[in-house]
Amino acid sequence: MSDQLEIAIIACMVSSACVLPGVFLVLRRVALMSDAISHAILLGIVAMFFWTKNLQSLWLMAGATGAGILTVMLTEALINSRKLKKDAAIGLVFPLFFSLGVLGITMFAGNIHIDTDAVLLGEIAFAPFNRLVINGIDVGPMAMWMIGVTLVINASLVTLFYKELKLMTFDSALGKALGFSQALIHYGLMTMVSITSVAAFDAVGSILVVALMITPAATAYLLTQRLPVMIGIGLAVGILASLLGYTAAYFLDASIAGCIAATTGIMFILALIFSPHHGLLMKFLLKQHQKQEFAAKMLVVQLLSHENTSLEDQENTVDHLEKHMNWHPEFAKKITQFALNERLISHSNGLLKLTELGRETAKAALRM
Amino acid sequence: MTAPIVLSVKDISLAYKENPVLWDIDMDVPEGILLAIVGPNGAGKTSLIKAILGLETPAAGRVELFGQPYQKVRKRVGYVPQRGSVDWDFPTTVLDVVMMGRYGHLGWFKRPGNTEKQIAISALEKLGMADFVDRQIGELSGGQQQRVFLARALAQDADLYIMDEPFVGVDAATEKAIVVLLKELRKNKKTVIVVHHDLQTLEEYFDWVMLMNVRKIAYGPVKEVLTTENLKIAYGGRSALKAKGI
Amino acid sequence: MNIVIDYTIWIMMIGTAVLGCVSGALGSFAVLRKQSLLGDAISHAALPGIGIAFLITQSKSANILLLGAFTAGLIGSILVMLIVKNTVIKEDSALGIILSVFFGIGLVILTMIQKMPNASQSGLTTFLFGSAATILKDDIQTMAIIGAIAIIILMMFWKQFKLISFDPHFAATQSIPVKKMEILLTILMVAAIVIGLQTVGVVLMSAMVIAPAASARQWTNRLGKMVIISALFGAVSGIVGVAISASYPKVPTGPIIVIVMSVIVVISLMLGSAQGLLWEKVRKK
Repeated sequence: MSDQLEIAIIACMVSSACVLPGVFLVLRRVALMSDAISHAILLGIVAMFFWTKNLQSLWLMAGATGAGILTVMLTEALINSRKLKKDAAIGLVFPLFFSLGVLGITMFAGNIHIDTDAVLLGEIAFAPFNRLVINGIDVGPMAMWMIGVTLVINASLVTLFYKELKLMTFDSALGKALGFSQALIHYGLMTMVSITSVAAFDAVGSILVVALMITPAATAYLLTQRLPVMIGIGLAVGILASLLGYTAAYFLDASIAGCIAATTGIMFILALIFSPHHGLLMKFLLKQHQKQEFAAKMLVVQLLSHENTSLEDQENTVDHLEKHMNWHPEFAKKITQFALNERLISHSNGLLKLTELGRETAKAALRM
Repeated sequence: MTAPIVLSVKDISLAYKENPVLWDIDMDVPEGILLAIVGPNGAGKTSLIKAILGLETPAAGRVELFGQPYQKVRKRVGYVPQRGSVDWDFPTTVLDVVMMGRYGHLGWFKRPGNTEKQIAISALEKLGMADFVDRQIGELSGGQQQRVFLARALAQDADLYIMDEPFVGVDAATEKAIVVLLKELRKNKKTVIVVHHDLQTLEEYFDWVMLMNVRKIAYGPVKEVLTTENLKIAYGGRSALKAKGI
Repeated sequence: MNIVIDYTIWIMMIGTAVLGCVSGALGSFAVLRKQSLLGDAISHAALPGIGIAFLITQSKSANILLLGAFTAGLIGSILVMLIVKNTVIKEDSALGIILSVFFGIGLVILTMIQKMPNASQSGLTTFLFGSAATILKDDIQTMAIIGAIAIIILMMFWKQFKLISFDPHFAATQSIPVKKMEILLTILMVAAIVIGLQTVGVVLMSAMVIAPAASARQWTNRLGKMVIISALFGAVSGIVGVAISASYPKVPTGPIIVIVMSVIVVISLMLGSAQGLLWEKVRKK
């Protein structure tokens, strides 16, 4: 396999592995735990390194995951003490862990290759060069295997616990009543995040992990409110961003992780603008129409309330409408015409009268 | 001699997400009365308050306070919102909160001084909360918190007070304190408008009532408005409105 | 431990003290308004601003880079507000998106700069990790001026900031233009964060915004005192951090400052006279 192909595959796998827990992070409003954990794991890696004195990935992975879990536990403890709110707790713990990690590195491991640049930025371009050799056979880049395993783990967990995740995310009261534990789901999710961060950080760095966990899921959220569709769209967006981002990086000769992160942003903006239901474009196009529809609704309600009353002759005229509704004469004319076209009203001798359709519409608006 | 009109609401209509929540509300409130606004849930009572205070823009109609738009006379209106919306862990004492009622009078840059402190303390005394001046507000009970917010409105030294469900969830002592306060305000020719939830206490606590459900059902002295007929219309739903021929 | 106070160290101490004060003071509002993570997001979002500023001016003067960082940070925070206001996306996700996407763009710009003939990006990456050691006297001046302006504005509009943070509805009825004040407060926060980036770097800035304020809260129930104590804690951790870092050559400054700050947090949570755990236990008796 060519190097480029390997990198592309790794990128796609990383993004998919990230999107799976990412969807739930976004829905459960703990998105920035991804940022916290992906930085805090540095401490776990450093600690594990000191203990085992070797850079074997598996040990470091375990240490990093441990650091991730510890971060979550400490954050939860702070929140439960009720002295700190959720956002403050999250933003306090991980810098401490990261600092301890950096301290460990610069003081005692200055000549070892873990450097802080790599933690943040990663360099996926080097991934093909670090290969996994089993019994003398080169089975591919180490990164690919680590991410691959992580992807399988994440996919399995999400599939196995789909019902529980869905329930506890959308209707936690019911879930608790049925005996499920929010804490378990929370820690399970964070464990997934930790493992994924560790597996990915060597190749792509913390920042891309955060971008891939949050942005594709958020993009999907703009387009759908249904969980399975959201996961599907998230995965698709992630993969697309990875491929497009990598291509861009290739031509610009720039940071691959940076390009992919930037591309996820572009896709988010595209969804923001062009989303069929809530997109800015749609909203803009509909706004004019909605304004007219609503004004017409107000018109018929107004006619209804004065219908068959002594003041009808005075109130239900176009002129009075302008005064009463604070409408510009142009606008009043436009709405009257609109209502006539929609057959909500009829016009006779300067008086506006409701049609049957108009009456129904007015009553529906007043919920009667 | 008729009392001057402090609040004039003409044909106010307000919509939320394309559905009317207020329709064609008319109301002239004379000085010195205790007015209750009642109606079933979703009747638009809070929306009416918000429209009066300029917190929501009505789709139609006009509001005038003391003959002017609200922006010009803000200082004369004291607003006590529903209790839920504040962060109780915020580092501020009871006295601090009440002094906030004077910020409007102080303008942009002046700092609260001794005068403000005295006004705040005297307002707290009227609500029986003078002993709590240095207490962190998170430490208070529901009723006590409500009294602090009333003291804050009182400290504003307004002419018109508007309160949104002040009696909800308070203990008996607080309820009594609030009623005493209302009566005293009336004695001093202040006007008070209260969104109220309890029909039982209507006659005892208030002079006039606005009975509404998106539209005005009836408005005037309590005894005249609280007829079985009117109540059926307000709380009875569609059949009742059909009966009225609407 | 032998602390030799020479000129460079002196400069570093003043610099970190200024930073600590300003981020402590403004951080109080961020924490109280539940916008703690804004610090994290803005410090990451500042990166492309730095790169672009360099690209446009070809200058690595701290003032230019600061301006770039500030602009990017401000744009980022405005985007966060817009996203939250107009879509289903909640604040934490919006912060995460701006944080990572902006930073990614910043990375792209940085790597492109790397290839340019006259650029060595070392001056630029100090913004990433902070390097109190390379702060110059001129940088301190800029930091101090910006910091002072921010504090003055904070004091000028103290009443308004306090009220909009505590009860925005009531503030609106008191003729306070709530939205405009919120934007002003955000501008001050962006400024505080951006001047601090040079000292502790992107990742740790979050702690400098949150930790002093969280600690201060445990010692008082009054907003004014909290802000002052918070500024004090921030400054102290800066000075102590520099002192320790100067005495032990291999120790990097940024992380040490954060660790000192964290120790203060723990002590405050336990022993704080207004809200600390120990105090609560005593009062229950």
